Amino acid sequence: MAVQTAAKKERAPFDYDRYLRPKKLPHIWCPGCGHGIVLKSLIRAIDASGLTKDQICMVSGIGCSSRTPGYVDFNTLHTLHGRSFAYATGVKLAKPELKVIVISGDGDALAIGGNHFIHTCRRNIDMTILVYSNFIYGMTGGQYSPTTPQGAIATTSRFGNIEPVFDCCDLAKAAGATFVARGTSYHCQDLEKTILEAIRHKGTSVVEIIDQCPTYYGRLNKLRSATEMMEKFEKNGTVSVKQVDKLPPEKVEGKLLRGILHRVERPEYCEEYDKLIQDAKGK
Amino acid sequence: MADKTKRLLQGNEACAEGALYAGCNFFAGYPITPSTEIGECLSVRLPKTGGKFIQMEDEIGAISAIIGASLAGSKSLTATSGPGFSLKQEGIGFACMTEVPCVIVNVMRGGPSTGFPTGPSQSDIMQAKWGAHGDHPAVVLTPSTVQEIFYETVRSFNLSEKYRTPVILLYDEIVGHMREPIVIPEEGEVEIVNRIKPTCPPEEYLPYDDSHEIAPLAAYGEGYRFHVTGLNHKPDGFPTNDPKLIEKENKRIIDKIENNKKQIWKNEAIDLDDATIGIFAYGSIARSARYAVNIMRDKDIKVGLLRPLTIWPFPEEAVSEMAEKVKVIIVPEMNLGQAVIEVERVAGGKCEVVGINRVDGDPIHPQQIIEVIEKYK
Ligand SMILES: Cc1ncc(C[n+]2csc(CCOP(=O)(O)OP(=O)(O)O)c2C)c(N)n1
Ligand code: SF4
Repeated sequence: MAVQTAAKKERAPFDYDRYLRPKKLPHIWCPGCGHGIVLKSLIRAIDASGLTKDQICMVSGIGCSSRTPGYVDFNTLHTLHGRSFAYATGVKLAKPELKVIVISGDGDALAIGGNHFIHTCRRNIDMTILVYSNFIYGMTGGQYSPTTPQGAIATTSRFGNIEPVFDCCDLAKAAGATFVARGTSYHCQDLEKTILEAIRHKGTSVVEIIDQCPTYYGRLNKLRSATEMMEKFEKNGTVSVKQVDKLPPEKVEGKLLRGILHRVERPEYCEEYDKLIQDAKGK
Repeated sequence: MADKTKRLLQGNEACAEGALYAGCNFFAGYPITPSTEIGECLSVRLPKTGGKFIQMEDEIGAISAIIGASLAGSKSLTATSGPGFSLKQEGIGFACMTEVPCVIVNVMRGGPSTGFPTGPSQSDIMQAKWGAHGDHPAVVLTPSTVQEIFYETVRSFNLSEKYRTPVILLYDEIVGHMREPIVIPEEGEVEIVNRIKPTCPPEEYLPYDDSHEIAPLAAYGEGYRFHVTGLNHKPDGFPTNDPKLIEKENKRIIDKIENNKKQIWKNEAIDLDDATIGIFAYGSIARSARYAVNIMRDKDIKVGLLRPLTIWPFPEEAVSEMAEKVKVIIVPEMNLGQAVIEVERVAGGKCEVVGINRVDGDPIHPQQIIEVIEKYK
């Protein structure tokens, strides 16, 4: 045991700075916000993917989560609320050799950007979409979102939210995404592996990431700390797809599945377009 | 001998041909009357030249996609009408703020709302200038003929590449659907402008370098790894809250057009030298106006026409000169009075200004203009 620990210590620490824009830090995220943890997993996954920084184009919409591209040293595009998917489609179709990664919030992807989101999935254009689900609109100060649980308090649902939630993963799958997964900021090592798989997948890959907004969702719903939120929603509120069959129904009920939920092969949009070009040139 | 280069084309087809001539290699759109043919035509023509066409889920998606494509190095176009133009305003503002070249065609139809989809109109003159929120630059071109649609499409691309700004090509349903013989120039006959790309080492690159009037624009994936945001930003592209930098940027994106408006303006002056009655008309209605001028000149009535091909920035110099000379400027337009507001502002009381307006879906006929000229002769 002692030998192993010593060996571990000798391993060079992961160099995050290589992927960050250190002059653009500190970031805007509140203490305890999940978005920073996700960034850590994302950077590690990108590192493991072997992609160069020049090969990556990171596109986002508007929201706290969407500030991510400003902090990372890739080709970066911070667009408009909900529109990132369409901007990303333009980038990818114009330059298919780029690896496009989209960062979005639950409001960004599932409310205002819902139409762009589903049609991107339908086309199966090669890009990795991360949806940071923190059950609330963080940036605008805590209004309810399409993932706010029923009964929860937001600044626009003071009497408890009456709207049912969107299941981001079901939606992505139904819309045609060929890789759909869910992770959490609590299980950040699993998340890293899941994001890596998503990046390696050819086609539209969607990863919903349950994370926490202690500032608004936490405060409004009397959850005293980020860790309390992570325990409640992420650790205890999800079960791994690998374990679900082994667990009794009462341990699964009401919980979200975590891990890779759907993976199929289907023709990718840019490749199909290339074939179309070959056809058209012959006519 | 039949002229091989002469073709009978519809205005919207001429627009597609002009785009290809200008080097357009990316189109994203959403079908809407009366602009649909532009996308239909490019869906066939673009892939044949290796270009990309995509029908997006809506107009917001389309403008977003062309901005993304432009940042990846493409010359990109979208085309729309009526409500679709309203939807694109959010993206047009983004392109102004982020200084991304792209071209937006708006083939005007009757509005507001769904209005009169198949009817001609010129009621988006003000929206083309003020549609996006916030102070922003506007470059808007108004061709009158099918041949002109071709050339003005090319000019739209050239201006957008040169000034790193979205350019709006604005014409009405009449010219959009009209068929006329046009000549497609040989390659190289018309100048094609391409954006300036950086030559500095990537670590020195500033995508909004304000020591240049127009900063060079890199493309994603070419080693520059720059940041683009719709937030107010510094020369390095990253957001700022500094009031001085915010003001500087807000003014700079407007000034780059204001300071170059003489190069952007383009007018045709017909019989204006000795005119005592002036007409200000654009698009298809300029054709009615020209007809009216010819008829009145045959009767020795001194009427002249100023026909702007650039309506924004507004042709202040030409209108002001005309206002010095004439007793009245007649402004016929298929709306309830839009360009006339600008003509009045520029004329500044130096002459009378009268509008002729029509919003019933019928064009303004020469006779309608002649009737007004008669009153002032
Ligand atoms: C067209 C438009 N509507 C509204 C807004 C205001 N707005 C900014 S961010 C945001 C919600 C962000 O929530 P989410 O996408 O869940 O991301 P988070 O901030 O929680 O990470 C809203 C409504 C906007 N910027 N643009
Ligand atoms: S408001 Fe919420 S989502 Fe936004 S940074 Fe703070 S904790 Fe994170």
